[in-house]
Amino acid sequence: MTDQEDTFRAEARAWLAEHAAKYAEPIERTDEELVAASLAWQKEKAAAGYANVPGTPEMGGRNGTTRMEAIFDEEEGRYYYPMFTGLGIGLGMAMPAIRKHGTPGQFERFGKPTYWGDAAWCQLFSEPAAGSDLAGLRTKAVRDGDNWIVNGQKVWSSWAHHADYAILLARTDPTVVKHAGITFFVLDMRTPGVEVRPIRQISGKSDFNETFLTDVVIPDANRIGAEGEGWSCAMTVLTHERNGSSGSLRQTDGGVRALIAKAAASGRLDSAAVRAKLAQWWVEEQGLRHFGGRINAALARGESPPVAMMKLVSATKSQQMNAFHMDADEYDGLFLGDDKPDQEGVFFQYTWAAALRIAGGADEILRNQLAERTLGMPSEPRMDKVPFNQLPGVK
Amino acid sequence: MNLELTDEQKQLKDQVGRLLDEKATPDALRKLITSGAGVDRDLWGQVAELGLLGAAIPEEYGGVGLGEKDLCVIAEEMGRTVAPVPFFSSICLAAEAIKLAGTEAQKAEWLPRIAAGEVIATFAWNEGPGAADPNTVTARLANGKLTGIKSPVPDAELADVAVVVCAGPRLALVALRQDGVKLEPLTGFDQLRKHARIFFDAADAEAMDAADAHETLRRLYDRAAVFEAFEQVGAAESAMLMARDYTLGRYTFGRQLASYQAVKHRLADILVMVELARSNALYAASALEADTPDLPAAAATARIAATRAYEIAARENLQLHGGIGYTWEANCHFHYRRARLLALNLGSAEVWEGKLIDALTADNTPAAA
Repeated sequence: MTDQEDTFRAEARAWLAEHAAKYAEPIERTDEELVAASLAWQKEKAAAGYANVPGTPEMGGRNGTTRMEAIFDEEEGRYYYPMFTGLGIGLGMAMPAIRKHGTPGQFERFGKPTYWGDAAWCQLFSEPAAGSDLAGLRTKAVRDGDNWIVNGQKVWSSWAHHADYAILLARTDPTVVKHAGITFFVLDMRTPGVEVRPIRQISGKSDFNETFLTDVVIPDANRIGAEGEGWSCAMTVLTHERNGSSGSLRQTDGGVRALIAKAAASGRLDSAAVRAKLAQWWVEEQGLRHFGGRINAALARGESPPVAMMKLVSATKSQQMNAFHMDADEYDGLFLGDDKPDQEGVFFQYTWAAALRIAGGADEILRNQLAERTLGMPSEPRMDKVPFNQLPGVK
Repeated sequence: MNLELTDEQKQLKDQVGRLLDEKATPDALRKLITSGAGVDRDLWGQVAELGLLGAAIPEEYGGVGLGEKDLCVIAEEMGRTVAPVPFFSSICLAAEAIKLAGTEAQKAEWLPRIAAGEVIATFAWNEGPGAADPNTVTARLANGKLTGIKSPVPDAELADVAVVVCAGPRLALVALRQDGVKLEPLTGFDQLRKHARIFFDAADAEAMDAADAHETLRRLYDRAAVFEAFEQVGAAESAMLMARDYTLGRYTFGRQLASYQAVKHRLADILVMVELARSNALYAASALEADTPDLPAAAATARIAATRAYEIAARENLQLHGGIGYTWEANCHFHYRRARLLALNLGSAEVWEGKLIDALTADNTPAAA
């Protein structure tokens, strides 16, 4: 670690101590309050040059290094801070893809409002018939002069109802194999023909939406990368999504300690079976923490570490731990009570864990990836290496 | 915190790995089991010549004075190859015990010879069934004489000297080649690391210099658990890759065995366990080198993760080999047996889970970032 990095860490710590503490107790209650608090925190960071450490001050940065950015993330992770999904998608998924695959002009145009907390994003990738098999997507984009005309239906679009922009995958050539006919766009969510309908989830909330696109006009200036290169853009996004979904881990750090305290309070810590479970979750939590540090360093070196592991482990662990939270109170653990202020959060986390195990690469897909990319095992037998419009079920 | 190995440590790993790959081949291991020798003395000599035994022994006592993490790197290679040498007993347990609790004279007498490989040392705590417990030890040290029975003791037949845990607890150094010491070889599950029962009958023994032997024993096992976690991680990765390579080469129903999702997913799960175990072990090694207050929790975390990874990798490796895996000529049995030895020699998962929870409840401060 260099002196410059030590100085930066000390400076970031002092700044966070002054500015982040006010978020220590989540003040937001409604979605609107969470959105407002998240954007306000983002603006504070941008003004101080912490929103995009390697970028220029105009882009919310300070011309720093990626290592410094990682240091700030570590330090920020010691605090609770508001981060609604729409901002996380913009910062963690849209920006890396636009930086890598778009022009410098596009990165500046979309990056500035994002880093400065003036824009929220959603992801229009999945479709009713294209989930794990994302490349089977059917939403069509047809060129019309300097524009594209888009028609189709997207699903699981988190926070689309609060989004200013979307990253969108659409099929621009159905006559080639499916991965080759996809193009990546930025869509202004206020464009006529975009209709967002909430989906009621098992949690009772509606974070996700269906988004219907009817004769939506997207200027060609919003195309990111070349025509037909959308799949490679999507891979950039998904790599960051899988790394980022475990970012919520930072805020659950200490979750096992809380469970240990709960088990101790209810006298269950004397049970070897209980200790074994707690130890296992602790081992996973700490393993992910250290593994996370190692993969961030590897990503900064330009390597391709097995990022898929993070979400694969953390989602199942969350499911198990929140079930244990309920178990700790036996039958009564299934009910809210004035003496159990955390229980509502436990219910939510237990249901949300089910979504996490599917979103951004289902457990099964991630295991395939680990086996294929990291261990070099054969890919699944494929029946879809024909032009998209000749696949069974595609008209 | 940067947890990765330095370039020098990577070179060390390659150097040790090359030697062990050449000497500790599966065929060589099979011969050592058949002959009953269980140990390769030539290899031990070569390991000593490279200066590997003194990696974590200070230069003033004849060591190389690198660091604990260098010892971890060597342990990983020992685990990967199931190396038939008394490295763990002599270096990771006994030499460490002498470093922690030896008098100045004892350190000067024994550490240089242990580092040179001239003397093999071992460590004796358990007394039959039950976890190693400082409070239930019955072996007695009185007036420079040791009386009691220790079992199982690793590499006891090879060892010239033992660090013995006595009632109190107290620690004693005992030369094993004397009239008051008798050995009875044990028939062990892992025939590549032989164990014996030792009978001490008023054997000459020297008290060691542990002001707080409870604390010394705790520190010793925390340190040993970190070294052994690397041994387990190296071994687990080796078992995983053995299974991967076998399933890539074997065809069933017209397909590579490795192309079945049931096989891929099982190996993906093992990969996850190995990577988490490696990350926990690397963190524990840093905690060990810096001697941070969270070492007890970090060591327990590393051990629990590594034990689980190795046990499952070893079992599933045999399973994925099918019937071939159950044969003497296939190499799965080395890991299948060794995984059990390493799961119990420093205390079972249950013991370490208890230690971990105790450490976490005792210290309520968040771990350092």
